[in-house]
Amino acid sequence: MKKSRKSFLKKSRRSFLKAAGISAVAIGAAPAIKAVAVASGGGSASSIPVVSPKAEALTAKRWGMVIDTSKITDEVVEGVTAACRNAHNIPDFTIEPDAEKYPNTRPAKKMQEIKWIWEEHYQYAFPEMEDEFLAEKYKSLPFLVTCNHCKNAPCVQACPTKATFKREDGIVIMDFHRCIGCRFCMAACPYGSRSFNFRDSRPFIEKINPEFPVRSKGVVEKCNLCAERLAKGEQPACVEASEGAIVVGDLENPESEVRVLLNENYAIRRKQELGTEPSVYYIM
Amino acid sequence: MSKNAIIAGLVVFVIAALFPFWFNIGGTNAAPEIELSAKAKAAKKCVLDKYDMRANHMTILDDWRDSVVRDSDRMYKSTNGKEFEMSLSTGENSCLGCHTDKEKFCDRCHNYASVAPYCWECHTDPKEVTQ
Repeated sequence: MKKSRKSFLKKSRRSFLKAAGISAVAIGAAPAIKAVAVASGGGSASSIPVVSPKAEALTAKRWGMVIDTSKITDEVVEGVTAACRNAHNIPDFTIEPDAEKYPNTRPAKKMQEIKWIWEEHYQYAFPEMEDEFLAEKYKSLPFLVTCNHCKNAPCVQACPTKATFKREDGIVIMDFHRCIGCRFCMAACPYGSRSFNFRDSRPFIEKINPEFPVRSKGVVEKCNLCAERLAKGEQPACVEASEGAIVVGDLENPESEVRVLLNENYAIRRKQELGTEPSVYYIM
Repeated sequence: MSKNAIIAGLVVFVIAALFPFWFNIGGTNAAPEIELSAKAKAAKKCVLDKYDMRANHMTILDDWRDSVVRDSDRMYKSTNGKEFEMSLSTGENSCLGCHTDKEKFCDRCHNYASVAPYCWECHTDPKEVTQ
């Protein structure tokens, strides 16, 4: 008894290091072995849940938009903004709220606006391009402006909570849950593409679309390039309503429809000199 | 004399300390029964096991939110082999798509436990909206 105990204690340094080394390798390899086992396991019921995009989702390396200004008429503008409003539950503060459903609603200031895509005049959309003898037609033409989903988005840099961020496919999008309503992004955006919810918007939404949430008070919102529709394999609402005036596609793919259009036409971007690299092009 | 005062004080203290217990005697404060919708009953399997779901549904919803908004991964294949759409209220395969009655499924327990999650400030109950 005494002897065996002694021999156990007398383990040489060499054999101790050997055992320790082997144990370390075994511990280190365990996760790798497990991962391999999971991967080869396959089957319908794996031991970890799997998340994936929908099979029919539209994807791109970098989403972009091309707007053909010659095809934008007042009807198109009306159709596009209405489609966007319905798709995203954007409030319209000019309507009278339903007194039965929302009693005691404070009247809204009519000038208050939530803007995702809206009509703008040339001199405000392209203030730096106001040439002395600009073709007359541009002065009256309606322009549709929206979030430019900039490659180098200043709003993303300004957001202190990462509520606004740039997705890998180039869409600048918001996580409304994380927005603290500081409005730094609104100050940072040179295009005025962001709006703040000063009040509960529900009473001012004509018909709530169950496919998209509404927003709570104190949250900033903006165009999300219909990320929720792209995920289902549908084109953005504005594209569908635009009668061919708006095309959305992959800017990084030379064969995509947007790139073909840009190759064949002269197109400009808003406030290019600021270096934000907008992804929305206007064919002139 | 002081002995009586001490005992009286103790009695008052014990009664006061046990206030939550005697106040609720005979009241109807039993935990609410969750009523599963017919669809949920028929489906049998939820995202996780029943008790796991009870304890961790908020964590799952949080993970789902990040996954959908940040990575645009919208489908979730559970370890039990079933697929779900990672959405609170949109579509047949979402939470409310199966648990159709929000009142009986979410609110009852939340009210009982006195938690007020603000999901529904923005998300909409499709039943309510289409009315």
